[in-house]
Amino acid sequence: MRTYETAEEALESPEYNEALTELLFQLADDDFLLAYRGSEWLGLAPHIEEDVAFSSINQDMMGHATLYYKRLEELGEGKADDLSHLRSPEKFRNAVLLELPNGTGNYLEKPNYDWAFAVVRNYFYTLAKKIKLESLKTSSYVPLQHTARKVLMEVNYHLMHWETWFNQLIQSTEEAHKRMKNAIDQVWEEFMGVLSTGDKGDVMARSGIIEDEETIKKRWISKVESVFTQSGLHLKEKPQMKSGNGRNGEHTPTLESALDTLSEVYRKAPAQGW
Amino acid sequence: MITSDRLKETVYRELKKVEDPEITSVSILDLGMVDDVIVQEKEAVIQVLPTFSGCPALDLIKKRIEEAALKVGGVETVNVQFVYDPPWTTDRITEEGREQLKQFGIAPPPSDHIDGEPWHVDCPYCGSTYTTMENIFGPTACRSILYCKSCKNPFEAMKPVANL
Ligand SMILES: [Zn+2]
Repeated sequence: MRTYETAEEALESPEYNEALTELLFQLADDDFLLAYRGSEWLGLAPHIEEDVAFSSINQDMMGHATLYYKRLEELGEGKADDLSHLRSPEKFRNAVLLELPNGTGNYLEKPNYDWAFAVVRNYFYTLAKKIKLESLKTSSYVPLQHTARKVLMEVNYHLMHWETWFNQLIQSTEEAHKRMKNAIDQVWEEFMGVLSTGDKGDVMARSGIIEDEETIKKRWISKVESVFTQSGLHLKEKPQMKSGNGRNGEHTPTLESALDTLSEVYRKAPAQGW
Repeated sequence: MITSDRLKETVYRELKKVEDPEITSVSILDLGMVDDVIVQEKEAVIQVLPTFSGCPALDLIKKRIEEAALKVGGVETVNVQFVYDPPWTTDRITEEGREQLKQFGIAPPPSDHIDGEPWHVDCPYCGSTYTTMENIFGPTACRSILYCKSCKNPFEAMKPVANL
Protein backbone atom coordinates (compact mmCIF):
# COMPACT_ATOMS: atom_id res chain seq x y z
CA MET A 1 0.00 0.00 0.00
CA ARG A 2 1.26 3.44 -0.91
CA THR A 3 1.88 5.85 1.96
CA TYR A 4 1.62 9.62 1.75
CA GLU A 5 4.21 11.47 3.82
CA THR A 6 2.96 15.01 3.37
CA ALA A 7 -0.08 17.10 2.45
CA GLU A 8 1.56 17.91 -0.89
CA GLU A 9 1.75 14.22 -1.77
CA ALA A 10 -1.89 13.66 -0.83
CA LEU A 11 -2.96 16.64 -2.91
CA GLU A 12 -1.40 15.12 -6.01
CA SER A 13 -4.05 12.42 -5.97
CA PRO A 14 -7.53 14.00 -6.08
CA GLU A 15 -9.40 10.80 -5.25
CA TYR A 16 -7.19 10.10 -2.25
CA ASN A 17 -7.38 13.67 -1.05
CA GLU A 18 -11.16 13.72 -1.29
CA ALA A 19 -11.56 10.62 0.86
CA LEU A 20 -8.94 11.85 3.30
CA THR A 21 -10.58 15.24 3.84
CA GLU A 22 -13.96 13.55 4.32
CA LEU A 23 -12.54 11.39 7.10
CA LEU A 24 -10.74 14.31 8.73
CA PHE A 25 -14.01 16.26 8.80
CA GLN A 26 -15.76 13.27 10.39
CA LEU A 27 -13.14 12.96 13.11
CA ALA A 28 -12.93 16.70 13.76
CA ASP A 29 -16.66 17.39 13.75
CA ASP A 30 -17.41 14.41 16.04
CA ASP A 31 -15.08 15.71 18.75
CA PHE A 32 -16.11 19.30 18.17
CA LEU A 33 -19.85 18.73 18.60
CA LEU A 34 -19.63 16.33 21.53
CA ALA A 35 -17.19 18.66 23.31
CA TYR A 36 -19.67 21.49 22.78
CA ARG A 37 -22.55 19.45 24.20
CA GLY A 38 -20.29 18.52 27.09
CA SER A 39 -19.40 22.15 27.76
CA GLU A 40 -23.11 22.96 28.15
CA TRP A 41 -23.00 20.78 31.27
CA LEU A 42 -20.67 23.22 32.99
CA GLY A 43 -21.99 23.88 36.48
CA LEU A 44 -24.67 21.22 36.11
CA ALA A 45 -22.73 17.98 36.53
CA PRO A 46 -23.65 15.78 39.53
CA HIS A 47 -20.88 17.15 41.74
CA ILE A 48 -18.04 19.67 41.70
CA GLU A 49 -15.28 17.10 41.04
CA GLU A 50 -17.21 15.88 38.03
CA ASP A 51 -17.62 19.43 36.82
CA VAL A 52 -13.83 19.83 36.86
CA ALA A 53 -13.17 16.45 35.25
CA PHE A 54 -15.83 16.81 32.56
CA SER A 55 -14.60 20.24 31.51
CA SER A 56 -11.04 18.93 31.29
CA ILE A 57 -12.25 16.16 29.01
CA ASN A 58 -14.17 18.62 26.86
CA GLN A 59 -11.11 20.81 26.64
CA ASP A 60 -9.08 17.81 25.47
CA MET A 61 -11.71 16.96 22.87
CA MET A 62 -11.76 20.53 21.54
CA GLY A 63 -7.98 20.17 21.32
CA HIS A 64 -8.36 16.96 19.33
CA ALA A 65 -10.82 18.61 16.96
CA THR A 66 -8.32 21.43 16.46
CA LEU A 67 -5.59 18.93 15.54
CA TYR A 68 -7.78 17.48 12.78
CA TYR A 69 -8.81 20.94 11.56
CA LYS A 70 -5.10 21.77 11.34
CA ARG A 71 -4.54 18.71 9.17
CA LEU A 72 -7.36 20.01 6.94
CA GLU A 73 -5.78 23.44 6.85
CA GLU A 74 -2.56 21.84 5.60
CA LEU A 75 -4.61 20.25 2.82
CA GLY A 76 -5.82 23.67 1.74
CA GLU A 77 -9.35 23.40 3.11
CA GLY A 78 -9.15 26.80 4.81
CA LYS A 79 -8.14 28.17 8.17
CA ALA A 80 -8.74 25.83 11.12
CA ASP A 81 -10.85 28.40 13.01
CA ASP A 82 -12.99 29.11 9.96
CA LEU A 83 -13.54 25.39 9.42
CA SER A 84 -15.02 24.98 12.86
CA HIS A 85 -17.01 28.18 12.89
CA LEU A 86 -18.02 29.31 9.44
CA ARG A 87 -19.32 26.17 7.70
CA SER A 88 -23.03 25.68 7.18
CA PRO A 89 -24.72 22.68 8.88
CA GLU A 90 -24.90 20.48 5.76
CA LYS A 91 -21.10 20.71 5.46
CA PHE A 92 -20.69 19.07 8.87
CA ARG A 93 -19.75 15.39 8.90
CA ASN A 94 -20.34 14.54 12.56
CA ALA A 95 -22.63 11.67 13.52
CA VAL A 96 -26.16 12.83 14.37
CA LEU A 97 -25.93 11.29 17.86
CA LEU A 98 -23.26 13.78 18.85
CA GLU A 99 -25.23 16.88 17.91
CA LEU A 100 -28.33 15.93 19.92
CA PRO A 101 -29.08 18.12 22.95
CA ASN A 102 -28.34 16.95 26.49
CA GLY A 103 -32.01 16.77 27.34
CA THR A 104 -35.05 18.99 27.25
CA GLY A 105 -34.86 22.65 28.20
CA ASN A 106 -31.76 24.69 27.54
CA TYR A 107 -28.63 25.88 29.23
CA LEU A 108 -30.02 29.19 30.46
CA GLU A 109 -33.62 28.29 31.14
CA LYS A 110 -34.49 25.18 33.12
CA PRO A 111 -31.91 22.76 31.82
CA ASN A 112 -33.41 19.33 32.28
CA TYR A 113 -30.33 17.39 31.28
CA ASP A 114 -30.02 13.65 31.47
CA TRP A 115 -26.78 12.50 33.12
CA ALA A 116 -27.36 8.89 32.13
CA PHE A 117 -27.54 9.98 28.49
CA ALA A 118 -24.28 11.93 28.90
CA VAL A 119 -22.52 8.93 30.42
CA VAL A 120 -23.71 6.40 27.84
CA ARG A 121 -23.16 8.72 24.86
CA ASN A 122 -19.64 9.62 25.99
CA TYR A 123 -18.68 6.10 27.00
CA PHE A 124 -19.85 4.43 23.80
CA TYR A 125 -18.39 7.23 21.71
CA THR A 126 -15.01 7.03 23.43
CA LEU A 127 -14.91 3.26 22.86
CA ALA A 128 -15.49 3.84 19.14
CA LYS A 129 -13.01 6.70 19.05
CA LYS A 130 -10.30 4.52 20.51
CA ILE A 131 -10.97 1.72 18.02
CA LYS A 132 -10.70 4.17 15.11
CA LEU A 133 -7.51 5.71 16.49
CA GLU A 134 -5.91 2.28 16.80
CA SER A 135 -6.68 1.75 13.15
CA LEU A 136 -5.34 5.20 12.21
CA LYS A 137 -1.98 4.40 13.77
CA THR A 138 -1.19 2.54 10.55
CA SER A 139 -2.98 4.96 8.22
CA SER A 140 -1.50 5.47 4.76
CA TYR A 141 -1.52 9.21 5.53
CA VAL A 142 1.52 9.63 7.79
CA PRO A 143 0.53 12.99 9.37
CA LEU A 144 -2.71 11.31 10.47
CA GLN A 145 -0.72 8.48 12.07
CA HIS A 146 1.07 11.02 14.23
CA THR A 147 -2.13 12.85 15.14
CA ALA A 148 -3.83 9.59 16.08
CA ARG A 149 -0.93 8.56 18.28
CA LYS A 150 -1.12 11.88 20.11
CA VAL A 151 -4.88 11.73 20.65
CA LEU A 152 -4.77 8.11 21.72
CA MET A 153 -2.48 8.89 24.65
CA GLU A 154 -5.18 11.12 26.13
CA VAL A 155 -8.23 9.12 25.16
CA ASN A 156 -7.23 6.32 27.49
CA TYR A 157 -7.89 8.65 30.42
CA HIS A 158 -11.29 9.59 29.05
CA LEU A 159 -12.16 5.96 28.67
CA MET A 160 -11.21 5.20 32.30
CA HIS A 161 -13.41 8.07 33.41
CA TRP A 162 -16.55 7.08 31.50
CA GLU A 163 -16.10 3.40 32.21
CA THR A 164 -16.14 4.15 35.95
CA TRP A 165 -19.36 6.16 35.65
CA PHE A 166 -21.02 3.55 33.46
CA ASN A 167 -20.23 0.65 35.78
CA GLN A 168 -21.18 2.52 38.91
CA LEU A 169 -24.53 3.70 37.62
CA ILE A 170 -25.54 0.46 35.97
CA GLN A 171 -24.89 -1.43 39.21
CA SER A 172 -26.47 1.22 41.40
CA THR A 173 -30.14 1.57 42.47
CA GLU A 174 -33.06 0.26 40.50
CA GLU A 175 -33.88 3.81 39.44
CA ALA A 176 -30.33 4.40 38.15
CA HIS A 177 -30.37 1.09 36.31
CA LYS A 178 -33.68 1.96 34.65
CA ARG A 179 -32.43 5.38 33.56
CA MET A 180 -29.24 3.89 32.19
CA LYS A 181 -31.22 1.36 30.17
CA ASN A 182 -33.33 4.16 28.74
CA ALA A 183 -30.20 6.07 27.82
CA ILE A 184 -28.71 2.99 26.16
CA ASP A 185 -31.89 2.60 24.07
CA GLN A 186 -31.71 6.24 23.04
CA VAL A 187 -28.02 6.06 22.09
CA TRP A 188 -28.61 2.76 20.31
CA GLU A 189 -31.08 4.37 17.90
CA GLU A 190 -28.35 6.55 16.41
CA PHE A 191 -25.07 4.85 17.18
CA MET A 192 -24.64 3.34 13.70
CA GLY A 193 -24.02 6.89 12.55
CA VAL A 194 -20.89 7.05 14.71
CA LEU A 195 -19.53 3.82 13.23
CA SER A 196 -20.34 4.77 9.65
CA THR A 197 -17.63 6.25 7.45
CA GLY A 198 -20.19 7.47 4.89
CA ASP A 199 -20.28 7.27 1.11
CA LYS A 200 -16.52 7.68 0.78
CA GLY A 201 -15.82 4.84 3.23
CA ASP A 202 -14.90 2.40 0.47
CA VAL A 203 -12.24 4.68 -0.96
CA MET A 204 -10.87 5.32 2.54
CA ALA A 205 -10.50 1.59 3.15
CA ARG A 206 -9.14 0.81 -0.31
CA SER A 207 -6.45 3.47 -0.02
CA GLY A 208 -5.56 2.49 3.51
CA ILE A 209 -6.59 5.73 5.22
CA ILE A 210 -8.61 3.77 7.79
CA GLU A 211 -9.85 0.18 7.91
CA ASP A 212 -13.25 -0.66 6.46
CA GLU A 213 -16.45 0.20 8.28
CA GLU A 214 -17.43 -3.45 8.86
CA THR A 215 -14.18 -4.20 10.71
CA ILE A 216 -14.57 -1.13 12.94
CA LYS A 217 -18.21 -2.03 13.64
CA LYS A 218 -17.35 -5.61 14.56
CA ARG A 219 -14.68 -4.49 17.00
CA TRP A 220 -17.00 -2.01 18.64
CA ILE A 221 -19.89 -4.45 18.92
CA SER A 222 -17.72 -7.16 20.41
CA LYS A 223 -16.36 -4.67 22.96
CA VAL A 224 -19.83 -3.47 23.92
CA GLU A 225 -21.03 -7.05 24.09
CA SER A 226 -18.46 -7.84 26.76
CA VAL A 227 -19.37 -4.66 28.68
CA PHE A 228 -23.03 -5.71 28.55
CA THR A 229 -22.31 -9.26 29.69
CA GLN A 230 -20.42 -7.97 32.72
CA SER A 231 -23.36 -5.76 33.63
CA GLY A 232 -26.06 -8.37 33.05
CA LEU A 233 -27.45 -6.53 30.03
CA HIS A 234 -28.38 -8.12 26.73
CA LEU A 235 -27.31 -6.99 23.32
CA LYS A 236 -30.37 -6.63 21.15
CA GLU A 237 -30.27 -6.05 17.44
CA LYS A 238 -27.57 -3.94 15.78
CA PRO A 239 -27.45 -0.22 16.57
CA GLN A 240 -29.42 2.00 14.19
CA MET A 241 -29.24 5.32 12.41
CA LYS A 242 -32.80 6.62 12.65
CA SER A 243 -32.23 10.30 11.96
CA GLY A 244 -29.98 9.93 8.95
CA ASN A 245 -26.27 9.69 8.25
CA GLY A 246 -24.31 12.76 9.34
CA ARG A 247 -21.31 11.49 7.32
CA ASN A 248 -23.29 12.35 4.20
CA GLY A 249 -24.45 15.73 5.48
CA GLU A 250 -27.79 14.61 6.93
CA HIS A 251 -28.53 16.31 10.25
CA THR A 252 -31.30 17.30 12.63
CA PRO A 253 -32.27 20.96 13.25
CA THR A 254 -30.48 20.69 16.61
CA LEU A 255 -27.14 20.94 14.78
CA GLU A 256 -28.02 24.31 13.35
CA SER A 257 -28.98 25.76 16.72
CA ALA A 258 -25.82 24.34 18.28
CA LEU A 259 -23.66 25.92 15.58
CA ASP A 260 -25.47 29.24 15.92
CA THR A 261 -24.63 29.39 19.62
CA LEU A 262 -21.09 28.11 19.13
CA SER A 263 -20.21 30.53 16.41
CA GLU A 264 -22.05 33.64 17.48
CA VAL A 265 -18.95 35.36 18.81
CA TYR A 266 -16.73 34.18 16.01
CA ARG A 267 -19.04 35.26 13.21
CA LYS A 268 -19.40 38.75 14.62
CA ALA A 269 -15.65 39.31 14.79
CA PRO A 270 -13.68 36.59 13.05
CA ALA A 271 -10.46 38.55 13.33
CA GLN A 272 -10.56 38.81 17.08
CA GLY A 273 -8.59 36.27 19.04
CA TRP A 274 -10.63 34.63 21.81
CA MET B 1 31.97 35.02 12.39
CA ILE B 2 29.84 33.13 14.87
CA THR B 3 29.43 29.49 13.97
CA SER B 4 25.91 28.08 13.82
CA ASP B 5 26.76 25.59 16.57
CA ARG B 6 27.62 28.42 18.82
CA LEU B 7 24.39 30.25 17.93
CA LYS B 8 22.40 27.12 18.52
CA GLU B 9 23.85 26.83 21.98
CA THR B 10 22.90 30.42 22.76
CA VAL B 11 19.36 29.86 21.50
CA TYR B 12 19.07 26.86 23.83
CA ARG B 13 20.25 29.00 26.71
CA GLU B 14 17.46 31.50 26.00
CA LEU B 15 14.87 28.74 25.65
CA LYS B 16 15.81 27.56 29.11
CA LYS B 17 14.19 30.79 30.37
CA VAL B 18 10.86 30.23 28.57
CA GLU B 19 8.19 28.89 30.89
CA ASP B 20 5.08 26.91 30.19
CA PRO B 21 2.27 29.42 30.96
CA GLU B 22 0.32 26.68 32.76
CA ILE B 23 3.21 25.52 34.90
CA THR B 24 5.38 28.54 35.56
CA SER B 25 8.75 27.73 37.13
CA VAL B 26 9.43 24.89 34.70
CA SER B 27 11.10 25.77 31.43
CA ILE B 28 9.82 24.33 28.18
CA LEU B 29 13.27 22.85 27.75
CA ASP B 30 13.02 20.88 30.99
CA LEU B 31 9.51 19.79 30.07
CA GLY B 32 11.10 18.16 27.05
CA MET B 33 9.10 20.25 24.59
CA VAL B 34 11.97 21.30 22.35
CA ASP B 35 12.83 18.62 19.82
CA ASP B 36 15.40 20.47 17.77
CA VAL B 37 16.90 23.84 17.01
CA ILE B 38 18.30 24.40 13.55
CA VAL B 39 20.22 27.58 12.84
CA GLN B 40 20.91 28.45 9.23
CA GLU B 41 22.32 31.79 8.28
CA LYS B 42 20.29 34.21 10.37
CA GLU B 43 17.21 32.04 10.79
CA ALA B 44 16.47 29.82 13.78
CA VAL B 45 14.02 26.99 13.19
CA ILE B 46 12.71 25.68 16.50
CA GLN B 47 10.78 22.44 16.50
CA VAL B 48 8.43 22.14 19.44
CA LEU B 49 6.42 19.16 20.64
CA PRO B 50 3.00 20.19 22.01
CA THR B 51 2.17 18.59 25.37
CA PHE B 52 -1.46 17.89 26.25
CA SER B 53 -3.97 18.82 23.52
CA GLY B 54 -6.27 20.38 26.08
CA CYS B 55 -3.72 22.97 27.16
CA PRO B 56 -4.61 25.84 24.85
CA ALA B 57 -1.44 27.81 25.45
CA LEU B 58 0.35 26.97 22.20
CA ASP B 59 0.00 30.44 20.68
CA LEU B 60 1.40 32.01 23.81
CA ILE B 61 4.28 29.52 23.96
CA LYS B 62 5.06 30.23 20.32
CA LYS B 63 5.19 33.96 20.98
CA ARG B 64 7.45 33.54 23.98
CA ILE B 65 9.82 31.29 22.06
CA GLU B 66 10.06 33.80 19.23
CA GLU B 67 10.80 36.61 21.65
CA ALA B 68 13.42 34.56 23.46
CA ALA B 69 15.24 33.45 20.33
CA LEU B 70 15.27 36.94 18.86
CA LYS B 71 17.29 38.08 21.86
CA VAL B 72 20.20 36.10 20.51
CA GLY B 73 22.55 38.31 18.53
CA GLY B 74 22.90 36.90 15.03
CA VAL B 75 19.35 35.52 14.88
CA GLU B 76 17.08 37.68 12.76
CA THR B 77 14.13 35.45 12.03
CA VAL B 78 12.57 32.70 14.10
CA ASN B 79 10.38 29.97 12.76
CA VAL B 80 8.56 27.97 15.43
CA GLN B 81 7.20 24.68 14.12
CA PHE B 82 4.91 22.41 16.12
CA VAL B 83 5.74 18.83 15.28
CA TYR B 84 4.11 15.58 16.33
CA ASP B 85 6.83 13.12 15.50
CA PRO B 86 8.25 12.07 17.90
CA PRO B 87 5.29 12.52 20.23
CA TRP B 88 5.79 14.39 23.47
CA THR B 89 5.74 11.98 26.39
CA THR B 90 6.20 12.62 30.08
CA ASP B 91 9.46 10.67 30.15
CA ARG B 92 11.00 13.58 28.23
CA ILE B 93 10.87 15.73 31.38
CA THR B 94 14.39 16.21 32.73
CA GLU B 95 15.52 15.52 36.30
CA GLU B 96 15.67 19.25 36.86
CA GLY B 97 12.18 19.63 35.46
CA ARG B 98 10.89 16.97 37.84
CA GLU B 99 12.41 18.81 40.78
CA GLN B 100 10.89 22.10 39.63
CA LEU B 101 7.47 20.48 39.27
CA LYS B 102 7.68 19.37 42.89
CA GLN B 103 8.56 22.88 43.99
CA PHE B 104 5.47 24.07 42.16
CA GLY B 105 3.44 21.56 44.20
CA ILE B 106 2.92 19.11 41.36
CA ALA B 107 4.15 15.57 41.74
CA PRO B 108 6.06 14.55 38.60
CA PRO B 109 4.69 11.59 36.65
CA PRO B 110 6.24 8.22 37.45
CA SER B 111 8.84 7.35 34.84
CA ASP B 112 8.07 3.62 34.82
CA HIS B 113 4.29 3.75 34.35
CA ILE B 114 2.60 1.02 32.32
CA ASP B 115 -0.23 2.47 30.30
CA GLY B 116 -3.78 1.74 31.36
CA GLU B 117 -2.70 0.73 34.85
CA PRO B 118 -3.20 2.85 37.93
CA TRP B 119 -0.07 4.78 38.72
CA HIS B 120 1.41 5.53 42.06
CA VAL B 121 2.52 9.00 43.13
CA ASP B 122 4.36 10.05 46.26
CA CYS B 123 3.34 13.20 48.11
CA PRO B 124 5.44 16.17 46.87
CA TYR B 125 5.30 17.76 50.33
CA CYS B 126 6.26 14.98 52.75
CA GLY B 127 7.30 12.18 50.41
CA SER B 128 4.74 9.76 51.82
CA THR B 129 3.57 6.88 49.63
CA TYR B 130 0.25 6.85 51.49
CA THR B 131 -1.79 8.79 48.91
CA THR B 132 -5.15 8.39 47.18
CA MET B 133 -6.40 9.53 43.79
CA GLU B 134 -9.27 11.99 44.18
CA ASN B 135 -9.81 12.99 40.57
CA ILE B 136 -7.91 11.91 37.47
CA PHE B 137 -8.73 15.26 35.91
CA GLY B 138 -7.50 18.32 37.79
CA PRO B 139 -7.80 22.05 37.04
CA THR B 140 -6.06 21.60 33.71
CA ALA B 141 -6.14 18.58 31.46
CA CYS B 142 -2.60 17.56 32.32
CA ARG B 143 -3.01 17.29 36.08
CA SER B 144 -4.74 14.98 38.52
CA ILE B 145 -5.80 15.74 42.07
CA LEU B 146 -4.57 13.46 44.87
CA TYR B 147 -4.72 13.48 48.62
CA CYS B 148 -1.94 12.62 51.06
CA LYS B 149 -3.16 10.63 54.02
CA SER B 150 0.05 11.25 55.96
CA CYS B 151 0.29 15.05 55.94
CA LYS B 152 -3.40 15.47 55.00
CA ASN B 153 -2.68 17.77 52.07
CA PRO B 154 -4.35 17.65 48.72
CA PHE B 155 -1.85 17.90 45.88
CA GLU B 156 -1.65 17.71 42.12
CA ALA B 157 0.22 15.26 39.96
CA MET B 158 1.04 15.33 36.30
CA LYS B 159 -0.61 12.48 34.42
CA PRO B 160 1.84 10.11 32.78
CA VAL B 161 1.54 9.94 29.01
CA ALA B 162 3.51 7.37 27.11
CA ASN B 163 3.73 6.34 23.50
CA LEU B 164 1.63 3.19 23.10
ZN1 LIG C 1 2.19 14.34 52.39
